[in-house]
Parts: sequence; C-alpha cells; structure tokens
Amino acid sequence: MSVDDKIVADLVNNKVEFVTTVPCKQLAGVIDKIDAEEQIYHIPSNKEDEGMGLCAGAFMGGKRPAIIMQNTAIGVTINTLVTLTQYYRMPLPMLISYRGELGEPVACQVEMAVHTKALLAQLNIPTYHFHREEDVNELDAILKHTFMCNKPVAILTDASFWNGY
Amino acid sequence: MIRSEVLKQLIPVISDHFVVCNIGLPSQEMHMLDDQATNFYMLGTMGLASSIGLGLALAQKQKVISIDGDGSVLTNLGTLPTIANNVADNFILLIVDNGSYGSTGDQPTYAGKKTSLTAVAKACGCDHVIECAAEDTVQVMQDALAGDKMTIIVCKCESGNVKVPVITMDPVVIRDRFMTKLQERNA
Repeated sequence: MSVDDKIVADLVNNKVEFVTTVPCKQLAGVIDKIDAEEQIYHIPSNKEDEGMGLCAGAFMGGKRPAIIMQNTAIGVTINTLVTLTQYYRMPLPMLISYRGELGEPVACQVEMAVHTKALLAQLNIPTYHFHREEDVNELDAILKHTFMCNKPVAILTDASFWNGY
Repeated sequence: MIRSEVLKQLIPVISDHFVVCNIGLPSQEMHMLDDQATNFYMLGTMGLASSIGLGLALAQKQKVISIDGDGSVLTNLGTLPTIANNVADNFILLIVDNGSYGSTGDQPTYAGKKTSLTAVAKACGCDHVIECAAEDTVQVMQDALAGDKMTIIVCKCESGNVKVPVITMDPVVIRDRFMTKLQERNA
C-alpha cells in the first residue's frame, strides 16, 4: 500500500469525513486520493484559517474534520488555532508538509521551517514528525489520540518522508 | 436602522434556527436579546462566521444562519468562492452591511465605499444573492428560509451601536449546549 493510500485509509477508518486542503506539491498525491474518496467530503479552502473555520463547523455538525496544509500555514493560523480550535476545545488533525527541511530546493521555505516546531511547542500543540516512510504507521494512533483529547494535533511530514521533491 | 434594530426584528424569524453569531457586537447583541442554546457565539477569530456556518450546514441537515458583517467578510473574502462552489441549501449567510467596523469604533470599511459585496458574491459564483434595505430584512429572511436554497443576504443598514455587555459564558459551554441541541434536533 502506498503512503498516500495508507493515509486515506487511516482517515476513513477513523471516520474522518470532512477534509479541507490548501495544496502543496508534496501533498498533491494524497489530496488527489482524498478528492476521489467517496466517504470523505473534500472542500478546498483559499486560506488555512478559513479551512479551520470550516472544520470547526463540521465538527459541531457531527463530522470528524481534518486539514491538510503546508507548515507556512502555522504563521497564518495562530489566532484561529488559539481563539477557535483550542478555546472551544475542538479536535483537528493537521497533516502538514514540512517544507524547508533536508532536500528543500527553495531557500525561502527554510525561513518558516526554522520556526515551525518552536511555534507548535509555544502553542502546546502535540506534534509528530514523519521522517521515514514507516513513520506513517503511527498515523492511526495519532488520529485516535486527537479525537480522544479534543485538541489540534500537528503531523509534520518532511521531504525525506515523501522521498524527496 | 442600525444592526441591533435589524437583529431585534429578526429574532421571531430566526430564533428557532441554528445561528452562528459573528465576533463582537453581533454575538453580544444576540446574547442580550435572545440567548439560547441554538446560538453559537464567536468570542474571537474575526472573519470565520461564514466558514463555520458553511461547515455546519454541509455536515448535517438543520438550517444554519450565519450572521456576519461587511468588515468580517472583507477579512475572509476567500469564503465567498468556497461557499459558491460548495452549495449547502440549508445555509443562509446574512451580511449585515453597515459600511463600518462596528465593534472597533465604526471605522469605515471599503464595503461602504466603492466595493459592493453583493456584486462580489455574485462574481464569486453564488447563485442566490439578495441585497435589501434594513427594513426589508425580515421578509427577505422569511423567504430565504422558505426557499430551501443557499442564500446570501446583504442587508444595507446604518452604522451605529447600542451598549451591550460582553459575553462571560465559557466557550466550551457555548459549544457543548449548541452541539447537544443540534444532535437532539437531528435525532
């Protein structure tokens, strides 16, 4: 089973039925598969804080949500994470492409990469880092953990995990 | 007619429905006028009332009304294409357009100048966009609720505020009682 198929299967098995995405080259394959998965409503958003608003609504409406985005979005969404997702105690798995790590060809991406884990730590967001392909085997447990504790949870997936760019 | 008068007139029509109330004065006015479990008060996060409302409407079948403002829609303008392309016929977005940032001291917005949110919403692909005078909002809302079509109402009203207390209710209580009522209604 490919990494993309495994991620989508874990989302479906954990009853995640509402997924919003902001695209990234690394995440293109998994986003395509989410779009094709009949048990998931895929709603692309124009900005990640908008996506977190959609996810908050879906959760209150009884559907388990998730967001797929780049790590640059941490800079965009801090206010939303703090005053909506965390303040109202809502679960939100965040599958994040961790741009700016080893293998990164675009220098500017490193500028946000150096702040990513520090910001997540400052926000007390449980953070998991997928570096090797087999790390994907933790996703099922991470999703269960997220919906158990009603918190936003970050899953950083770097270039090595995706086998380069 | 100012926003608080529009909301007061709307209450008999929307009280029975699930309402997402925008941050600041819209939430505080709804809380003061008609506090109940079917109201979701935003205590922060400017701009996301329409996104929360759309997510709610897509996830279940009860009607959802988001009470938004022109300033907040301008903050999250990307919401309009998302709404247009993800039709939820149980969703009504009411934009109370007073041409100002009411909660922060009535500074003018661009919606009160050259920018028409009605035209923007239509250009984004929203199929049912109705602009109305403040005095006609109750009738337009009644028609939208009866119409079973996703509708965006742009209510043009005057700028101005009344004194209202802040909401001290815990956010988890607001969220929990809202979800409990919604589950009951959907059962």
